[in-house]
Amino acid sequence: MKPAKFDYVSPSTVEAAVAALVASNGEGKLLAGGQSLLPLLNFRMARPSILVDLNGIEGLSYIEDRDDRIAVGALTRHRDLEHSPLIASKLPVMSAAMRHVAHLAIRNRGTIGGSLSHADPAAELPMLATFYDATILVQGPSGRRTITPREFFVDALTNCLEPEEIVVEIEFPVLKQDGWAFEEVARRFGDFALASIAVSVLRGPSGLEAARVAVMGVADTPRRLDEAEAALVAMELDDRTPDRFSEVVVSQVSPNDDLHASAEYRKHLLGQLAKRALQTALAMKG
Amino acid sequence: MTSNVSVTVNGESYHVSDVEPRMLLSDFLRDRLGLTGTHVGCEHGVCGACTVLVNGDSARSCLMLAIQTNGAEIVTVEGLGSPEHLNELQAQFREHHGLQCGFCTPGMLMTGEDLLRKYPLATDEEIREGLSGNLCRCTGYQNIVAAIRSAAAKRSEQAS
Repeated sequence: MKPAKFDYVSPSTVEAAVAALVASNGEGKLLAGGQSLLPLLNFRMARPSILVDLNGIEGLSYIEDRDDRIAVGALTRHRDLEHSPLIASKLPVMSAAMRHVAHLAIRNRGTIGGSLSHADPAAELPMLATFYDATILVQGPSGRRTITPREFFVDALTNCLEPEEIVVEIEFPVLKQDGWAFEEVARRFGDFALASIAVSVLRGPSGLEAARVAVMGVADTPRRLDEAEAALVAMELDDRTPDRFSEVVVSQVSPNDDLHASAEYRKHLLGQLAKRALQTALAMKG
Repeated sequence: MTSNVSVTVNGESYHVSDVEPRMLLSDFLRDRLGLTGTHVGCEHGVCGACTVLVNGDSARSCLMLAIQTNGAEIVTVEGLGSPEHLNELQAQFREHHGLQCGFCTPGMLMTGEDLLRKYPLATDEEIREGLSGNLCRCTGYQNIVAAIRSAAAKRSEQAS
């Protein structure tokens, strides 16, 4: 199908984009990479009166090293994250996840700000923001504010932004870790995940000092699994640890049946991926 | 509301007036410029048949608006070669019989061009991952993978 009629503006500053959203009285939509919005327009599931194209705004596409944090401009394309040596060295879990983000042509266009705002519960970037506990910087009519991923992702395809707010930057803390892994299963490579897990571990004098666990595809939003993190840190490290971890992870999720997979199948997949991810993470040497 | 679009396609400049914001790049190329080599399959970014290069990067032309390409350089399948002078990748598709009905072929070629530039494509797995966004209903993909494998091998021969 073809999109219904809309007007179009291409502002050159974030302020002007916010002003255009305010002027649209809630009828406007932001256009970043367009890889989720254009299908919705083509199906006429979205019928905005005006599109505010962010692609003409200079200075929203960057990957910046801030020592213990990496800042990413909202208009940064997926392929820039995928191929960035800085991301590969400082945020290896993100680097590994990026090749699972859709397909080549989509990674060339899609943006991090767009992906987070779209808030698909089985998309990698919202999960990575959750995993790293990123800081999401947004700008609206009354200025800028920061939002945590836990607040930001409200429900499937639903974020907490006000209608006139725009994501401008995402800051990712660099994790102290000795091992990590990212695992995902999708029907077709690059499709949305049926189940996925990211794991990071930091070894202590005995066992683990810290652990980080996030999952997606098994709830309406990506999730940090605090209980699984605490349980993993408390576990003794032996041959059975990955199996015990897998059981804890599965006990923490309750996915629904849907068109793509049954709840039981998603739990089974997540359990297997959890085990595999922890084995990989523990096999790494600092 | 309509606008003018100035764009370079396959090295030629086009200035087109009266373009509605909602006009997709795929329809613009086919209906306004008469470049029907770009095929329109699903119109929602799943099949990959409409893939073109925009400023050197592959993009689905059904997921871009024509007005977004003002000032851009676009390459469509017509820009790769001609029936008399196929480019290297096209020649490999012919050599390996990498097509049957041909509907997906423009998208496969444009994706292949971008893949050859960005990835080592050392294994079939990498080639298959790279092609995962392009659907073919005839070939079973084997010969498409073989064509790209062969093009990648020729490229690394030339580089060494």
